[in-house]
Amino acid sequence: MSGNQFMFYLFGAVIVIFSILAVTSRKILRAAVFLLFVLIATSGLYFMLNYQFLAAVQLTLYAGGIVVLIIFSILLTSHISEKFEPIKPQKSIFSALAAIIGAVLCIITLLDYNFKAGNAIAADLDMTVIGKALLSYKYDGYILPFEVISILLLAAMIASIVIAKKIKK
Amino acid sequence: MTEGTPLTYFLILGTIMFFIGIYGFLTRRNLITILMSVELILNSVNINFVAFNKYLYPDKLQGHFFTLFIIAVAAAEAAVAIAIIINIYRNFNSINVEDADEMKY
Repeated sequence: MSGNQFMFYLFGAVIVIFSILAVTSRKILRAAVFLLFVLIATSGLYFMLNYQFLAAVQLTLYAGGIVVLIIFSILLTSHISEKFEPIKPQKSIFSALAAIIGAVLCIITLLDYNFKAGNAIAADLDMTVIGKALLSYKYDGYILPFEVISILLLAAMIASIVIAKKIKK
Repeated sequence: MTEGTPLTYFLILGTIMFFIGIYGFLTRRNLITILMSVELILNSVNINFVAFNKYLYPDKLQGHFFTLFIIAVAAAEAAVAIAIIINIYRNFNSINVEDADEMKY
């Protein structure tokens, strides 16, 4: 087993185990920390595939930003020591059944399909290449989604300020 | 550099993560944990995009950039969702889905 394979199985195991823990843990703060592990392992997968910039963004934005936001809102809205009441077994069984059936169907389809690996030479992923592609309006440019996403972020920022603001009475 | 781990493995990993997210979405009652399940789902989609880009079209960058955009959308979504959750907590004193059953109190 090569080092790369070993890393893939390691990250895969971390992702699967900790995502199960993140959705079943009965303490909310622990669930958030398990989610953090899942996101860090995902960024490890991106490093493995040689997408360094993407992995760095994943680490800073997801693992750094979103998880901290979630933890802060947990601290604002719930008592840390309180446990959730257990889920009704009926609900849990049917949800698990739905998820497992869906997963099995998808995996069977995936195993059936014969993906043809592309044999083009991998594009080099310099920071300059990424920056130029994001701002280019030519055939390979991504200026339109970039602008759309910037307007979306501005709108989201304003919306969250307005919604979370205290209303004076 | 990616010998030994075919594309299908990545896709299966993404599938498993997606359906774990679905399970959490269906069973959780707390709004923040539902949000966490949604983050899991979005993250699994990102893994799929990146793996497709790397294995099938290594000379292009579409998967890479759209993963970046999905991360940005997830950040915006989390910010708005948490603002709404805090507002719900202020009005109902709880963030369980069963307690928040009116639009205006």
